[in-house]
Amino acid sequence: MLRGIGAWIPDGEKGSTLRVALFITCFNDTLFPETGRATVEVLERLGVRVDFPLEQTCCGQMHFNTGYQREAIPLVRRFVDVFKNYDAVVAPSGSCVGMVRELYPMAAELAHDKRLAADVEELAPKVFELSEFLVNKLEVTNVGAYYPHRVTYHPTCHSLRMLKVGDAPLKLLRAVDGMDLVELPEAKECCGFGGTFAVKNADTSIAMLSDKLRHVLGTEAEVCTAGDNSCLMHIGGGLKRQRAGVRAVHLAEILASEATEERK
Amino acid sequence: MEIKAPDAFSGGKTPSFEESARESLADAQLRRNLGKATQTIRAKRAVAVEEMPDWEQLREAGRALKSRTLRHLDEYLLQLEESVKRAGGQVHWARDAEEANGIIAGIAKSHEAKEVVKVKSIATDETKLNEHLESEGIEAFETDLAELIIQLAGETSSHILVPAIHKNRSEIRELFMQKLGARDLSDDPPDLANVARLYLREKFLKAKVGISGANFAVAETGTVCVVESEGNGRMCTTLPPVLVTLMGIEKVIPTWRDYEVFMQLLPRSSTAERMNPYTSFWTGVSEGDGPQEFHLVLMDNGRTEVLDDEIGRQTLNCIRCSACLNVCPVYERTGGHAYNSVYPGPIGAILTPQLVGIGKPGSDSLPYASSLCGACYEVCPVKINIPEVLIHLRGKVVRHKQDEGGIKGKLDPENVAMKAMAKTFSDRRLYEGAQRAARIGQWPLARGGAIHRLPGRLAGWTEARELRPVPEQTFREWWRSRNGSAEGPGS
Repeated sequence: MLRGIGAWIPDGEKGSTLRVALFITCFNDTLFPETGRATVEVLERLGVRVDFPLEQTCCGQMHFNTGYQREAIPLVRRFVDVFKNYDAVVAPSGSCVGMVRELYPMAAELAHDKRLAADVEELAPKVFELSEFLVNKLEVTNVGAYYPHRVTYHPTCHSLRMLKVGDAPLKLLRAVDGMDLVELPEAKECCGFGGTFAVKNADTSIAMLSDKLRHVLGTEAEVCTAGDNSCLMHIGGGLKRQRAGVRAVHLAEILASEATEERK
Repeated sequence: MEIKAPDAFSGGKTPSFEESARESLADAQLRRNLGKATQTIRAKRAVAVEEMPDWEQLREAGRALKSRTLRHLDEYLLQLEESVKRAGGQVHWARDAEEANGIIAGIAKSHEAKEVVKVKSIATDETKLNEHLESEGIEAFETDLAELIIQLAGETSSHILVPAIHKNRSEIRELFMQKLGARDLSDDPPDLANVARLYLREKFLKAKVGISGANFAVAETGTVCVVESEGNGRMCTTLPPVLVTLMGIEKVIPTWRDYEVFMQLLPRSSTAERMNPYTSFWTGVSEGDGPQEFHLVLMDNGRTEVLDDEIGRQTLNCIRCSACLNVCPVYERTGGHAYNSVYPGPIGAILTPQLVGIGKPGSDSLPYASSLCGACYEVCPVKINIPEVLIHLRGKVVRHKQDEGGIKGKLDPENVAMKAMAKTFSDRRLYEGAQRAARIGQWPLARGGAIHRLPGRLAGWTEARELRPVPEQTFREWWRSRNGSAEGPGS
């Protein structure tokens, strides 16, 4: 495993010589643009020059995981074409990165396309979830954020068990100034989102959600954060329906918050 | 509670997982029983596994042994047959459940047995052996305490290892008072066990035929193994003069030494014990000791079809420990009956549809009974990548619907929507157009910054969750406004 971009970038320049692409994900692009803006802000603050290839659309996760795998293959090809010339691809979503890193090889196999398989093999290790990029690659834990709130962190299943980001998000959160970080009981339990599972098996999904919300509310946090807006839309949607007075906020937005509100 | 509802292996049309789950989820007592039981056993398992410094190597060894065996299954099975015959046993080959049941009933009838005793065996649940024996005038008595409970209640198993996990002790007390005529019974577990023990002792001593499943069978020596906790298995396999073992063909292991790996993996994964209380091994027959007639029935029943699938075949690694059930957030809430199969939980969600074949509405819903959280894969002692197989099977279900579902399959609203979305995502202009359309199209739904109710198939979302409307500006619109239309080297 590569140990830190810092090792191959001259000091003081950090990511400035790296060609880093932001993979926003179709979900964030359309529904959570503020997470994308926050991701750009954090990366630029750390000296990373961020590109946003406008040809990007969707990684195909929803299609692939729901069984529409033949339909996902053109999206896999498209993703590889759009991103293959970058040194690193960063996304504020554990599950979309999980799709690329863990399931693209299966898609290439299904497509019986050796060239695609080779391209995937080359690209997949360069695709990072935001927290692992910051902590493991840039070797940064303090991104200069200030967030004076009581916060609890939900590790999403794909970042935890598929990407194995470990405590990278917690390292970043612990370094945030002014924040009261409280541990979430039974944190590793799935929130019940699961993509189309949330609609196809809505009853089970809601049963899982109700236990997650009980734990979140038990912490008396004002904010529940995670590295994936899909899980947060589910958790936040439940909190909002209950008029619980607790917000769901993406990790990137917490990291982008600063003490002074002057810059924008 | 549905009693003896048709399951995936009984041939009838079964309800989908979502339909059955809805019923189970509404049962507050069931939710409490299950939550308590799974959380307890899951915590105990974690402790039992943590004390093993080489757990990951053991898992890898278990996986490697199983996959090597499956690669050469034909050879190991013939070797097993040879070894069992050499030790004085008889071997029968059964293509499917019907053949297996016929062979077993034939053996019982040849001994004029009217009653048989059984040690817990999911293979016999898969073939519906008890029902078949009953139709032939033979009564089968389950001797595992939990199996006895559900047999008396006329229910089906809801867990691989703890079939009556859905019942609490006061429910069991009532059942024993009703069905076994027990009086002045408390709901203290030792009291409950005593009532069952008295009832079962009589059955053990009377039965001419004992029936078991098999956890493992060694090709090299012909030794069959049953792992259990109550001693009923030991009695079933030693007291009656005739012993019949029904075993799925994937249960064979090459050598005696392989037990070293599996006997460490299985008890810790299933009951969180370092070693289970009773492990019985028998090799053919021994003169003057134990059963004097031993029959081993080797059953396929769909397993060679599973073997044919490169991704799906790892499912046959399963050693039926049930660790995946105990950690599954879906199982914990719905319980086993929602799966409408003798194999519930994550392993059931991949094993059942493969054994009965894709294209059956009930079992086709099983690969979707998961949020793909991956907790099952993390604990599996033989490293079955259950999420991967789930996704693979979802693909098979959809392709079957598209290719063989005729016009109905093609016009299925989900299929139409998915195809349209795939087309949209394949072209940047279509995608950006759709983003604008969503922003405009949502106006009848969005009120006060939230969508409270979605129409049609998406209504499930808003049953308990608000939905945020599409904001004024997409990320890419912001990016363009900030950067002109500078684009990166990839485009």
